[in-house]
Amino acid sequence: MNTQLFALAIFDGVAYAALVFLVAVGLTLIFGVLQILNVAHGSFYAIGAYATASLGGMVFAAGFSPYLAFPLMLIVAVLVGIALGGLIEQFLLKRIYVKEGALQLLVTFAVFMILEDVQRLVWGVQPYFESSALQALGNIKVLGITYTVYQLIVLPCIALAVLICLRLFLRRTLSGKLILAVTEDREAATSIGIDADRVYLLTFIVGAALAAFGGALASATTSVVPGMGADMIVLSFAVVATAGLGQIEGAALTALLIGLGRSFAVYLMPELQVLVPYLIMLLVLLVRPQGLFGIAQARKI
Amino acid sequence: MALRKIIPVLLVALVAALPLLAPFTQVMLTLALAKGLAVLGIIVLLHAGQVSFGHALFFAVAAYTAAFVGKSFAGGELVAMMVAGTLVAAVTGLFVGLFVVRYRHIFFGMLNLAFSMIFFSFLEKFYHITGGSDGLQVLRPSVLGIEMERTGFEMLLFYGSLVICLAAGWATWAFLRSPIGNMMQTIKTNEIRLEYLGVSARATLLAGYVVSAALCGLGGVLMAVAQGIVTPEYAWWIRSGEFVFIAILGGANSVAGAFVGSLVYEIVRTYAAAFAADVWQMVLGVFLLAIILFASDGLVGMYNALMDRLGGKGGMRTDDAREAAE
Repeated sequence: MNTQLFALAIFDGVAYAALVFLVAVGLTLIFGVLQILNVAHGSFYAIGAYATASLGGMVFAAGFSPYLAFPLMLIVAVLVGIALGGLIEQFLLKRIYVKEGALQLLVTFAVFMILEDVQRLVWGVQPYFESSALQALGNIKVLGITYTVYQLIVLPCIALAVLICLRLFLRRTLSGKLILAVTEDREAATSIGIDADRVYLLTFIVGAALAAFGGALASATTSVVPGMGADMIVLSFAVVATAGLGQIEGAALTALLIGLGRSFAVYLMPELQVLVPYLIMLLVLLVRPQGLFGIAQARKI
Repeated sequence: MALRKIIPVLLVALVAALPLLAPFTQVMLTLALAKGLAVLGIIVLLHAGQVSFGHALFFAVAAYTAAFVGKSFAGGELVAMMVAGTLVAAVTGLFVGLFVVRYRHIFFGMLNLAFSMIFFSFLEKFYHITGGSDGLQVLRPSVLGIEMERTGFEMLLFYGSLVICLAAGWATWAFLRSPIGNMMQTIKTNEIRLEYLGVSARATLLAGYVVSAALCGLGGVLMAVAQGIVTPEYAWWIRSGEFVFIAILGGANSVAGAFVGSLVYEIVRTYAAAFAADVWQMVLGVFLLAIILFASDGLVGMYNALMDRLGGKGGMRTDDAREAAE
């Protein structure tokens, strides 16, 4: 493997990791607060991608600047977060917080199945491709390799910005501190007057919006096809589990690890490409059952 | 009231008689019974409060084993296929189980999913061994050395499956009532208390896991022989999800629910899916939500509630109804 291929694999891996991180961080945030693994998270990702690709197509066909793609992505993410995430939390998840874990998992699984068909009904089965944002920013030459600015610079920067903003939000703002308090101990938080229901809703909306944002960003780099949500939920779960459930910074590093592992597999052993994330996950969990950055939980009697 | 015990017996008799009255239902019913066995495996784990999103793995492992047995021994032998398939599934279950029983709930479910995805990719990518996405053909095997005609074989397969299902249902029921079954239930309610009694929760769950893998395997072999082909789709996560769905539909706490659920599911799927092919997953999702939110004991639970109302107070407990259904 020469230097160029090596660099290419690293670029691919970083760009991919940035997208996976956005989805995984939402998943891990929701789990940290609600203690629910949201299988429908993959649908938020896919819907964000579909909405951006189809709306973007209309906007650009009308002759507007391709740079409008970026505000459009943000708008789509917020809308999906509030409309879809908010509704699902309010009308569905609220009813099942008291039920056992297996049933909670099944409820989000059911939502995922429903949303898969909703996507097919709204957008059909033909792939969407809308890469104006990618093309508008042009290419850059690094180490003798021509790569898109969008994937090499914009995506990692956005992922980093989200990581920093999320950390500042959780540590420095009142809403963020409320979220942390409820994560730490729901009962104690409620007893000092924190409205845990509102915190749940807020967290779920933020998490869903992050997934949709990831999808919106991804739509510029790849064609949007049915089934992308299913692939992403399993992959981002692998990231979240490897990092340790609820670990935000850990999810960033693990996304990078899995992203790089996957892109090196593409060049070295293409048939293993799909397997690498799971192999990494299994290996890590075999040695550290709580994940790379997770803290072993005290067991309650 | 005796009615509660009579109806299940009548239902079994009806299923047994249906292929004679309406021969076109026979293949469908055989497939439903095969799936029912796999669902039974899911129910064993649900007994311990764990849900697996990857049990299609064992279904597929056994189905491919049957296909290989058929390929290696000129058509193969049905009994050998069943024994080999179930055994390979159980051994696979032992190895996967050693790993996954260290986890509970979400991790348990998703790690199972990861294993089944790995196997699915293996089936798709290693074309020269597994036939890739085209799968492998399963020729009609002989039965105890006797070559059979197609109609006779299908008839035998259906009644054989019915007998196997009744036997497996009874055995599972007994297993869940045995000390080890009760210990599994304690994993659901309070695992640490179980360990205070000096019982290893992991070993207990592992025993249940192997049993459930073997049941899935047996179902997989029957499915492979009935369909005459095995494809990677056997290991796909949608199929695992289907098993879990059927278990919840039939009634997660009952052995009879596995078969009631899979018969109802298969019949509805065969006749209704044509009208709702585009939204089939949506229909399943909505049903799953409705059952979890409003009727968490599934069809068997509804049946018992109905019988309680007909029979007035002091009706039998669910367990006894289950016994009657066997």
